[in-house]
Amino acid sequence: MSKVKVARKSTRIDMTAMSDVTVLLLTFFMLTSTFVKKEPVQVTTPASVSEIKIPETNILSILIDPKGKVFMSMDKQADMVNTLDSVGNQYGITFTDVEKNKFKLLPTFGIPIKSMKAFLALKPEERDKVLANYGIPTDSTDNQFKLWVRAARKSNGPDLRIAIKADQATPYKVIKDVMSSLQDLRENRYNLITALKK
Amino acid sequence: MAEIQSNEGGGKKKKGGSKQKKLSVHIDFTPMVDMNMLLITFFMLCTSLSKPQTMEISMPSNDKKITKEDQSEVKASQAITLVLAGGDSIFYYTGLPDYGNYKSLKLTSYDAKGLRAFLLSKNTEAALKVEDLKKQKADLKISQEEYSKQVSVIRSGKNTPTVIIKANDRANYKNLIDALDEMQICSIGKYVIDKWTTGETYLITNYRGNGSLSKSTPK
Repeated sequence: MSKVKVARKSTRIDMTAMSDVTVLLLTFFMLTSTFVKKEPVQVTTPASVSEIKIPETNILSILIDPKGKVFMSMDKQADMVNTLDSVGNQYGITFTDVEKNKFKLLPTFGIPIKSMKAFLALKPEERDKVLANYGIPTDSTDNQFKLWVRAARKSNGPDLRIAIKADQATPYKVIKDVMSSLQDLRENRYNLITALKK
Repeated sequence: MAEIQSNEGGGKKKKGGSKQKKLSVHIDFTPMVDMNMLLITFFMLCTSLSKPQTMEISMPSNDKKITKEDQSEVKASQAITLVLAGGDSIFYYTGLPDYGNYKSLKLTSYDAKGLRAFLLSKNTEAALKVEDLKKQKADLKISQEEYSKQVSVIRSGKNTPTVIIKANDRANYKNLIDALDEMQICSIGKYVIDKWTTGETYLITNYRGNGSLSKSTPK
């Protein structure tokens, strides 16, 4: 019994504590984060010192890419359907329930109303590909952008906030068109989304 | 701990059969950790933690029915017009545009030494007050609400300049945001984005041609 015994330790690591930590982290991420919305175009917002945070809900965000294409997204699906209906009505287009269901699941929309039916008939992967080539017409001859904003305002009520997210290289001409369209609708207060300046 | 310690090999008979069998319930958590890590990675990549910053602006109404009383006239002495031309160049003039003198338009830059220095020099009083308030807030002497209240009072004070921002079609969105940002940095509460007119085009071509236009046209 005088032999010095080298204790044979098991190399098994107890993973319970580790698992606890990961579950905690997971819970944290699930609760605090919001999903990144799929955007058809890559947009780099300009930096500013402003520190106002944008509210999470009831936002009509207007996405403007460097080439001047305008897209929109809304967060309430019911309102999206109402908006589609009322814009369609003005062009004499009625949408079926299947199309409406497809439309309300779109993360971003920016299709001239006349090609909307054809677009909704496409498969989801194909839609993503073609969406970047479209954009809501904002020119004065066929200003569908105005109609969309007006319809969105009507269905959402006065609490809807408008946020403009534009690329920093967007020519001012496009911004001006969007801003003056909003001005015509008496939407005089809105947010410009910027990145934090370092 | 999620394991119940017992004899290795669980349930070997040692003394008689009367003792209860002890089972080793050792749960391996490694796959669980693996899965959790995967999920965490997924959430970290697919979500955005920080909400984007925004800048709130109010544009003047386009309404043509606005009466004269509702319109506010800007004192010429307090007006500064920023002219955002393309190619990242920015000009400014104070008061009314002087079409005869091309030197009334001045070229500046978007960085701290250019536009900011100029605007601060025009708005020293308010900027100093805001700076002072910031210090008080940092020292926890005043609350956030009190701070924002006082800042808005200072910003809309009587002697603060009014800035008119005009951009032409060749300017980009970053230029506009930079200019709006300077309003915030320099504590200017009264600013407006206005439409580009031919007057600005004239001023800029005149400036670039060193006054050639005002020389050729009779006053």
